[in-house]
Amino acid sequence: MQRIGVFVCHCGSNIAATVDVKKVVEMAKLEPGVVHAEDYQYMCSEAGQAKIDAAIKEKGLTGMVVCSCSPRMHETTFRKAAERAGLNPYMVEIANIREHCSWIHKDMEEATKKAVILMRAAVAKVNLNAPLQPGESRVTKRALVIGGGIAGIQTAIDIADAGYEVDIVEKEPSIGGRMSQIDKTFPTLDCSACILTPKMVEASAHEKITLYTYSEVEKVSGFVGDFTVDIRKKARSVDMDKCTGCGVCQEKCPSKKTPSEFNRGLSNRSAIYTPFAQAIPNVPVIDREHCIKFKTGKCGVCSKVCQAGAIDYDQKDEIITQKYGAIVVATGFDMIKLDKYDEYAYNQSPDVITSLELERIMNAAGPTKGHLERMSDHKAPKKMVFVQCVGSRCSDERGKSYCSKICCMYTAKHAMLIRDKYPDVDVTVFYIDVRTPGKNFDEFYRRAVEEYGVHYIKGQVGKVVPQENGQLLVQASDLLDNKQILMEADMVVLAAAIEPNPDVRKIATMLTASIDTNNFLTEAHAKLRPVESPTAGIFLSGVCQGPKDIPETVSQAGAAAVKAIGLLAKDKLMTNPCTAKPDELLCNGCSTCANVCPYGAISYIDKEVNDHGIREVRRIAQVNSALCQGCGACTVACPSGSMDLQGFSNRQILAEVDAICR
Amino acid sequence: MSIENTEFRPKIVAFCCNWCSYAGADLAGSSRLVYPADVKIIRVPCSCRVNPMFILRAFEKGADGVIMCGCHPGDCHYSTGNYYARRRMTLLFSMLDFIGVENGRTRVEWVSAAEGVKFSQTMNEFAEKIHSLGKNVRLEDLRCRKN
Repeated sequence: MQRIGVFVCHCGSNIAATVDVKKVVEMAKLEPGVVHAEDYQYMCSEAGQAKIDAAIKEKGLTGMVVCSCSPRMHETTFRKAAERAGLNPYMVEIANIREHCSWIHKDMEEATKKAVILMRAAVAKVNLNAPLQPGESRVTKRALVIGGGIAGIQTAIDIADAGYEVDIVEKEPSIGGRMSQIDKTFPTLDCSACILTPKMVEASAHEKITLYTYSEVEKVSGFVGDFTVDIRKKARSVDMDKCTGCGVCQEKCPSKKTPSEFNRGLSNRSAIYTPFAQAIPNVPVIDREHCIKFKTGKCGVCSKVCQAGAIDYDQKDEIITQKYGAIVVATGFDMIKLDKYDEYAYNQSPDVITSLELERIMNAAGPTKGHLERMSDHKAPKKMVFVQCVGSRCSDERGKSYCSKICCMYTAKHAMLIRDKYPDVDVTVFYIDVRTPGKNFDEFYRRAVEEYGVHYIKGQVGKVVPQENGQLLVQASDLLDNKQILMEADMVVLAAAIEPNPDVRKIATMLTASIDTNNFLTEAHAKLRPVESPTAGIFLSGVCQGPKDIPETVSQAGAAAVKAIGLLAKDKLMTNPCTAKPDELLCNGCSTCANVCPYGAISYIDKEVNDHGIREVRRIAQVNSALCQGCGACTVACPSGSMDLQGFSNRQILAEVDAICR
Repeated sequence: MSIENTEFRPKIVAFCCNWCSYAGADLAGSSRLVYPADVKIIRVPCSCRVNPMFILRAFEKGADGVIMCGCHPGDCHYSTGNYYARRRMTLLFSMLDFIGVENGRTRVEWVSAAEGVKFSQTMNEFAEKIHSLGKNVRLEDLRCRKN
């Protein structure tokens, strides 16, 4: 029989306000095996843990139940406390009477009753717990960063500076990401390229960093400390070692009608191209879909003009398999598609553009060489209208419910830059709310209004109608004056919502990292573990976790790097001892369990068993506890009931069921 | 305990996988999204850990409804666990239906760690459904009944 201690936490008033903790303690004392029960204000505090320590030692406890918050919050805390007092950490169970009880029930009697039942279930489980010993697994001292934007670059540099090998996988031909498309950055108006390109060079020149551009992650297996990843290096059709980056091939390429992804379709590029002049690596790729040689077999101009002989039409995709200890996801974002927003006439008029397109227009290396002009007739605009929250904070199906966070600031930036360079251009911004929290952010916005004379109107734009004279008629409401506005504009700029990169769902599935309804990766804890995925060994950097600006992205990238370094610095990891275990006498070696195991952790051996005095050699299942992740698929599949999961055994779960239904 | 309601209060067992649904239930809690106290959650590592036997046992012991929640298909922490769970439950539920246990007493729902609202809504709906179905008499082993 176990000697169980039950510790009931008040959690200040979080639990005690709706659950009668004294009653829970009283009822706990009646449960079989319970030799000690007490309550305390904060069990997780030092004083609370001291109580646990004392009770374990004085009462000789062999198991304990903590009635407190979710095990996802403090299970580790209490397991460590138990271990310090000499109790096996796996003899601890948590009854979640906060998230699953006190916080969601109002009636004290009802909540107390439920808390007692949850306590009983946990006591019933602990009665059947057995001490478990974690195994050890090794750590591959190499990190993978998925995504080569500013988030990925910063994380990679930070990890590499700590002395570990890092690989960056970027699906585009160059690293740089969204930040390379941006002209100036708020609130200091630094030129984006001037602060990004040195980082790109640093990453590519770093002896510990390997870049895989024009590459994608194809397959991920393994677990924390020991991931195996297949990277598909797409065929560039250009030999990276031979190419000198002279650019003649791009000049001479006869196929020049492909919309440039980098310039958001505002200009065209050749079929052999580097996305932008400062691309790293400065090696072009052939876009096989648009290349005349690949389409018709005739052309080969690039190959003829390339003095280095770097063009290789026969190059094939290459699969690189590499082992990693940690994986950082830095897949970034894109603007939402505006197909469903017909009212803004984005698809009807070239003078209705998104903010990122404006960013390219304002950029000296952009499609208009930095001159602000309308895309339809290349005339300088006199009146510009900015529309905020296009698809952000949207209540219907078309958009996103969240705030994209960066739009208020970049629109203030655009307005300010335009008014500064072209003082005769009238700028009007339609907004729902102006949200500018951040260091020097609100001051920046105030400057746009007060110094630069940007007109801010609280109200939504209902419709943008292209007129025959080339103007755009903007229909809007002014919520403060409570009137309708009709206004002609030369250009309309839409602050489209940002959304996670569409590829992130595929990547998250491969990594078994959880993802929310908006496709942002979920963090292990919203406040306390914001850069870690709940999946061990996976870290989050940048906008893949939630909307954020560049300063926040860089700080999160550094934080993700530190967490990854903390993992890589370990020589060994303790493995989860809650693994599957077969009962040798019941196993008949049928292989059903091995067929459902996602980790290939089950093999078969011929072993002599002693079945009630009969000694014979039988083929029985054997679980490699280093590979087993403890999902329990095999336990249910096993037709003879031989396989069981330690820590979540059949008897334990049945005991919980019984306690709840009692 | 002296707390005894004369009104029918169903016993509902919810199996939640550790990675998605249990976290979803936690989020429902931290968002203070109310659902009936009749629902009691059992944490399992994965929905594929839920042996049909557990569900039969719950009914035998007097549960009035059993719901199993896991990660959305494709999002399982263990890659494929919820697919196994889905097949097993499909089979079990059709068998339960065959022996006369109303379809509404069992349910499978995919709830992610970010879906606190969905968790709470699901539990409210399910509890309401069980309430309308009344006491489970078909599978309960009366020898197991206390009092």
